Amino acid sequence: MKKVLTANRLTDGIAVWLGANGQWLENIETALIARHQEAVDALEEAGKSAFNDNLVVDVEVIDVDEVDGDIYPIRLRERIRAAGPTIRTDLGKQAEFKPATAA
Amino acid sequence: MYRYDEFDHDFVRQRVSQYRDQVERRMSGEIDETAFKPLRLMNGVYLQLHAYMLRVAIPYGTLNSRQMRRLARIARDYDKGYGHFTTRQNIQYNWPKLSDTPAILEELAEVEMHAIQTSGNCIRNVSADHFAGAAADEVADPRPYAEILRQWSSNHPEYSFLPRKFKIAVTGAERDRAAIQVHDIGLHLKRNEEGALGFAVWVGGGQGRTPVIAKKIRDFLPEADLLSYTTAIMRVYNLYGRRDNKYKARIKILVNETGEEEFTRQVEAEWQKLKETELKLPQDDLAAIAAYFAPPKLQDRAEGWGLIAAAKKADPGFAAWVHQNVTPHRHPDYGVVTISLKPIGGIPGDADDTQMETVADLAEKFGHDEIRVSHEQNLVLPHVALADLEHVYKALLAVGLATANAGLVSDIIACPGLDYCALANARSIPVAQEISERFASLERQREIGELKIKISGCINACGHHHVGHIGILGVEKKGAELYQITLGGSGDENTSIGQIIGRGFEPEKVTDAVETIVETYLGLRENADETFLEAYRRIGPAPFKEALYGETSKAA
Ligand code: HEM
Ligand code: SF4
Repeated sequence: MKKVLTANRLTDGIAVWLGANGQWLENIETALIARHQEAVDALEEAGKSAFNDNLVVDVEVIDVDEVDGDIYPIRLRERIRAAGPTIRTDLGKQAEFKPATAA
Repeated sequence: MYRYDEFDHDFVRQRVSQYRDQVERRMSGEIDETAFKPLRLMNGVYLQLHAYMLRVAIPYGTLNSRQMRRLARIARDYDKGYGHFTTRQNIQYNWPKLSDTPAILEELAEVEMHAIQTSGNCIRNVSADHFAGAAADEVADPRPYAEILRQWSSNHPEYSFLPRKFKIAVTGAERDRAAIQVHDIGLHLKRNEEGALGFAVWVGGGQGRTPVIAKKIRDFLPEADLLSYTTAIMRVYNLYGRRDNKYKARIKILVNETGEEEFTRQVEAEWQKLKETELKLPQDDLAAIAAYFAPPKLQDRAEGWGLIAAAKKADPGFAAWVHQNVTPHRHPDYGVVTISLKPIGGIPGDADDTQMETVADLAEKFGHDEIRVSHEQNLVLPHVALADLEHVYKALLAVGLATANAGLVSDIIACPGLDYCALANARSIPVAQEISERFASLERQREIGELKIKISGCINACGHHHVGHIGILGVEKKGAELYQITLGGSGDENTSIGQIIGRGFEPEKVTDAVETIVETYLGLRENADETFLEAYRRIGPAPFKEALYGETSKAA
């Protein structure tokens, strides 16, 4: 089992992931991976409290894999969130951070 | 076009300041998401995959150059330099910050625009024929009636909590360019035998997961009764429309479950009570609104005929564009220009800030300051003198807006799909891009003739796939994208819902499938004048099924 916690930031809606340091990060690469149920429960709790603290909205725990040390979300939807629109590779995370490909 | 009066200005300004306060309270944590979400939606602010999205209303798709320039500026200053024109004649911005949305709405209010009623269970932006007031085949301009409906339905307490969203479309010609039969209410403006204006009233059409063609419940409603009759429909719907199940809440379900005859009886009975009330439109009021839409004074410009004939000879690109993208105007020296937002391999409906500004300049210089957004995700300059067409063409060419493909196979409607939309199951835009590239040759496109491909990324059908001559619906199967193809749909005066042709196609096989369908049509058509739709209606699905799946295949 490998899961990460994702959401959209309240103020600007930008997709974010929870990092190991408890910060919400704009890049999935450094997200905290939960590898067993207790860790997933902790992610869920962290998500709830960030939502209640009005930091983020649309909080969700998602399934990921690790490919060559990179975090690879299982669903295409989440890969597109992590990279940006596949039809505008000049926009979104893929343009701001190291190239990632969604599809 | 309609100009805000003091009341309108005050109303919109108040809404913006109310919204500004709501956003501030949300950011400070004073109100939570549950309370705030409906408030932001009431102001057109959604949350998509990458960011918020702002949907701005363009009433009946009509804009002037000042408004278009403002849309361009908003794209540049608050977004990533572009916007997406939608099938509902609106524009969507894909990256606004929540914290900026009050400022954006303020900018819009300055040019008499807003995002009110672009979401939620209310009467949405009333859409209309994008050639309104210009088309040669028009009986009368439908926009004054759309404007009356807009004013009446804006912030109307009785329609703030409808069972579900409600969409009205109006057309003023026999040729239906507004897809009125797939709207909750479709109004067809016409004249009766005495020459009086009125409407054929269609109710209960819609797309989404249950596509339904509207029923004509009245053949002629005098124009003065527009609001009383619409109110009667809304009251029956508000009273009996289902609120227990969101998938059964649209009026199309009510009409079906009640039965057309009984539903009509209920509306007519309700109308008897309302007919002679203050809802009856006085002739003066009708005339006052119509005056806002008075046609521009068009001078005779007969020199245009010679000019374009010569220019066509000199420049085949111009000739092709005039042939495909310019339609007859009611004044013979003028044309209606369709500006294609479908460059080969481009993103259907997207325009960047420079393109928007170019269109604004052209409208101001050559187009009597009018711009339209079409439900086919293109822009329109409704009144251009033939003598000015070449200037317009060259300016459009310079910013990549002169693709001569209006109504052809690469003029594809596509919803945002999984590249942006939080509800999507599959991507739509890349499918459109690949098909567009496969059929890039204009010569080949013209050989194929009129063919409308429409693509949605989920069953909500924002990309109108049910009424595409070829419709493509993205679904998710075992975690992967899969595309279901429907054939024979049409969203005009002879509306039909496309039929699923068989099992779906993987992303890399969709374009081949479309090409197979097109080749099958070319092989079977009686002559070059028989369009894809006509041929399909004549021969049915069998030859297409066979070409796609072979004889032994079973439809999935
Ligand atoms: C955040 C993005 C969007 C969301 C959440 C959304 C949501 C929906 C939903 C839920 C429906 C189904 C309604 C029903 O069947 O009762 C629908 C239908 C529709 N939407 Fe969208 N949509 C979005 C974007 C768009 C865009 C970009 C367009 C125009 C290109 C559009 C135009 C339409 C149209 C024409 C229909 C079908 C007509 C009907 O309501 O029956 N929507 N949308
Ligand atoms: S059809 Fe589905 S995927 Fe496309 S915009 Fe509408 S809700 Fe989104």
